[in-house]
Amino acid sequence: MAAAVVDPEIPVLTIADLGVLRDVVDGPAGIVVRITPTYSGCPAMQMIHDEILAAVDRAGLGPVTVETVLAPAWTTDWMTERGRRALADFGIAPPLPGPAPVTFFRTAPGICPRCGSTDTTEIAPFGSTACKALWRCEACREPFDVFKTH
Amino acid sequence: MPSGSIVTGDAPLLRYVLERADDALVLGHRLSEWCGHGPMMEEDMALSNMGLDLLGQARALYTYGAAVEGAGRTEDDYAYLRDERAYGNLLLVEQPNGDFAVTMVRQFLYAAFMTPYWQAMTSSTDATLAAIAAKAQKESAYHVRHAGEWVMRLGDGTDESRARAQQALDALWPFTGECFMPSTAEQALVASGAVIDPAMLAAAWRETVARVVADATLTLPADTWMQRGGREGRHGEHLGHLLAELQHLQRSHPGATW
Repeated sequence: MAAAVVDPEIPVLTIADLGVLRDVVDGPAGIVVRITPTYSGCPAMQMIHDEILAAVDRAGLGPVTVETVLAPAWTTDWMTERGRRALADFGIAPPLPGPAPVTFFRTAPGICPRCGSTDTTEIAPFGSTACKALWRCEACREPFDVFKTH
Repeated sequence: MPSGSIVTGDAPLLRYVLERADDALVLGHRLSEWCGHGPMMEEDMALSNMGLDLLGQARALYTYGAAVEGAGRTEDDYAYLRDERAYGNLLLVEQPNGDFAVTMVRQFLYAAFMTPYWQAMTSSTDATLAAIAAKAQKESAYHVRHAGEWVMRLGDGTDESRARAQQALDALWPFTGECFMPSTAEQALVASGAVIDPAMLAAAWRETVARVVADATLTLPADTWMQRGGREGRHGEHLGHLLAELQHLQRSHPGATW
């Protein structure tokens, strides 16, 4: 039930696909859903928190609490294969295997989700959400988002 | 003291957590001042994104501070209801935005320190601090890259951008030494393994800064008198103005929510 909650900013991804959903426990005081934040300041986390409460409530599963756990820290390596395919189909290049090294002017090329070309250029390392960067494909000339390796 | 202000406990762990949270909040607020004023859309978003990361780190730390203090306070109480002298942030992060070069050089100098700092703190014996560090380290690494690239572009750019970048570096340099001076709270905690002594990162920081400054064709400032006082609550004139804006609503309308 909780696993079906989607990221409000990337609705093709569920929180299970993202690796944000860490655990669900049916405890004596009701259901406990444990989630971990993606970025420290990701504004979607509150929405995800509220959506989980609503989803469990709609299913009539009784009292529920949502706990935020910080360790281990979220990484894009936890994203599921289904999630990666859904991202690419949605036009967002999935993250590369982490961790991303600190380099200057030498970022691993984004792979165009439209034509598959690696002849791509980073337009901006910070995109429309904390988790994405903006790239352009030089082969098909289309701009696209890249899910940042984190 | 203005009515409504709070006085926090003086346990070293609480004080330390508030110092690091204040660094992140104050610098995050500085970056938020750029929102809508960036030199181009992409940079406007980059500055806001970095500010949001820092705000998130501040929230995690203040929330932990509330748990440590156990006085029923929330993250908002520490941000909105402490006076300037109670803030323990580094002087570096409260420096005004200036032009784009000042903002980017300031960001680079701070992130080049915080990236190895958070990396080292992932081994903290305090599980919550280690967890916050593991997340913050990845965000900080991204900030180093972005700000470092801008320092290189500006330094190795036009005569105008180069002059401004050098001016920014020279003006901010005396505020960098404080990063490596352990606060009273840190000194009390180092032996427990909960925190590291930031002085041990001075060489690594200098190596990163020297490399980027060289690639930017800028000149590393000479060793000079280093300013200090932020950790003890002795701030420049700038923090008061920043807090006036940050705290205005909660001070004027205590407890306001929406």
